[in-house]
Amino acid sequence: MSIDDAEAPLSRDHHRGALFVEAVSVSFDGFKALNDLTLYMDPGELRCLIGPNGAGKTTLMDVITGKTRPDAGEVFFGDRIDLLQLSEAQIAEVGIGRKFQKPTVFEQLSVRENLALALKQDRRVRATLRARLTGSERDRMDEAAVLIGLAENQQRLAGTLSHGQKQWLEIGMLLLQEPHLMLIDEPVAGMTRGEIERTAELLQALAGERSVLVVEHDMEFVRSIARHVTVLHQGHVLAEGSMAQIQSDPRVIEVYLGE
Amino acid sequence: MGLPTWRQEPGGFALLVVLAIVAVLVPLLNLALPVDSALHVPNYTVTLLGKYLCYALAAVALDLVWGYCGILSLGHGAFFALGGYAMGMYLMRQIGERGVYGNALLPDFMVFLNWQELPWYWQGFNHFPFALLMVVLVPGALAFAFGYLAFRSRVSGVYLSIITQALTFALMLAFFRNDMGFGGNNGLTDFKELLGFDLQAPTTRAGLFVASALALAGGYLLARAVVRSRAGHVLIAVRDAESRSRFLGYRVEHYKLAVFVLSAVLTGIAGALYVPQVGIINPGEFAPLNSIEMVVWVALGGRGTLYGAALGAGVVNYLKTVLTGALPEVWLFFLGGLFMLVTVALPLGLVGLRARRRSVA
Repeated sequence: MSIDDAEAPLSRDHHRGALFVEAVSVSFDGFKALNDLTLYMDPGELRCLIGPNGAGKTTLMDVITGKTRPDAGEVFFGDRIDLLQLSEAQIAEVGIGRKFQKPTVFEQLSVRENLALALKQDRRVRATLRARLTGSERDRMDEAAVLIGLAENQQRLAGTLSHGQKQWLEIGMLLLQEPHLMLIDEPVAGMTRGEIERTAELLQALAGERSVLVVEHDMEFVRSIARHVTVLHQGHVLAEGSMAQIQSDPRVIEVYLGE
Repeated sequence: MGLPTWRQEPGGFALLVVLAIVAVLVPLLNLALPVDSALHVPNYTVTLLGKYLCYALAAVALDLVWGYCGILSLGHGAFFALGGYAMGMYLMRQIGERGVYGNALLPDFMVFLNWQELPWYWQGFNHFPFALLMVVLVPGALAFAFGYLAFRSRVSGVYLSIITQALTFALMLAFFRNDMGFGGNNGLTDFKELLGFDLQAPTTRAGLFVASALALAGGYLLARAVVRSRAGHVLIAVRDAESRSRFLGYRVEHYKLAVFVLSAVLTGIAGALYVPQVGIINPGEFAPLNSIEMVVWVALGGRGTLYGAALGAGVVNYLKTVLTGALPEVWLFFLGGLFMLVTVALPLGLVGLRARRRSVA
């Protein structure tokens, strides 16, 4: 299905923002990064994805965003959008935004310019050649800049920001994209306790109107935000449930202790 | 584009001021003053400076793709030469019966090869507007076809540089062949007039000089408008974090293709202005070395600034004029040394010197 077909029925899609990953396998040179992985997310859900290193968390995000093509399986966004047929840019356009593990902002552009690029807008060349910020776009950027604590630093080059500030800038960019599903890889790495708490609040506020999938190692952080946790192990879903259920699951304990 | 935006960019402003001054002063001092006056600018200097302006336009165009989008093209000489050939074909058709063989329709080299009729791809070049269209269209179409295939297949970095080099080399070999119909290794020359103006006349030369200055100013302003737009920010985003820009929803290959084609067109225009001033175009213009020299101009001047590229083209070519006159065998070593010097000691180019001094002070 092409993206043009997807656009119109999307608004009538009852599962807008939902994600269906079914029996996905990915292997790199014989190593099975994902092994028959199945995961469903409801619209508006906040889901945490945990698991030891090499469990396939980042690979799963790569598959959802089109960076890696699986060897087998299906990935649908909502009822109708087959993500495996779309390019990275098209996937972003249907409403899936991603924050990377290592913060990647555009270092030679100012904070303001980074935010402007992220704005939900016509992304074709001839549109961006003529693009001027509208009043409401300015307002949304100002709002985001305040939210991420960079209101005073908007003219600074993004490359001069601290690690934590770059994390926040990337979160701000993600917000301005207005995605239906946000994939967030290790949001609190390099943040102070105070910043971690603010991030937790922000993610909880976002869930509900958007679906959020968070990969995180910081268990305290996961405990503070998660209603629903999925544990990956060796490319497969090991356990799924509330944080309490997960923590008492003997298989999970074994995997984490065995690490 | 008010003054405040120029205040942030004194280099670009200086470029436009210098262009405005030389565009008036050089023709004036050449045409109005008697030859024996101390201030008289000789004819050959007018042509030489006109050549530098064409090179500077090509450098600005190359900086647009390399400095802002990270596409290191080692084949931009091909677009320069194609623009030049399109202009050369027009100039050949203007010779008419004044050629050595006096053939009203066929250029001399075709008569010499015993050709009976004008090849189809030479049709229309007797009309100046058609030739101008081809100056833009031929480099643009080649850049589009090449870029479409390369960028769609996500060829980038050093691999892209190598195939651009192969492109210009292949074209050089093709244009060397007599049966291509572009004059073989002699190329196109013996031009007489352009739009009815005698190409040897000082007034025509001065006119071409002014046209080159205007083209450089226009090309610079256009490139500057592009890099300052949001699309320009996308180019920088692609340069610095290509896959990140994809995940943000930008179709990277469209942006690369657009800027590559624009750059090729500007380079083609530079080539078209160059040919009537130097009076010849031959396959040597496709030589890989020419494309590499362009990269040196941009690197020396300071890439990613546009005006730095123009400055670099002027400085390197002035040095080339002086050195190839005084010590011709030294030039290539000098060029290589210059490139190493810039890479090691001046990563931001000449323009960066000034910025560095300011940050130290």
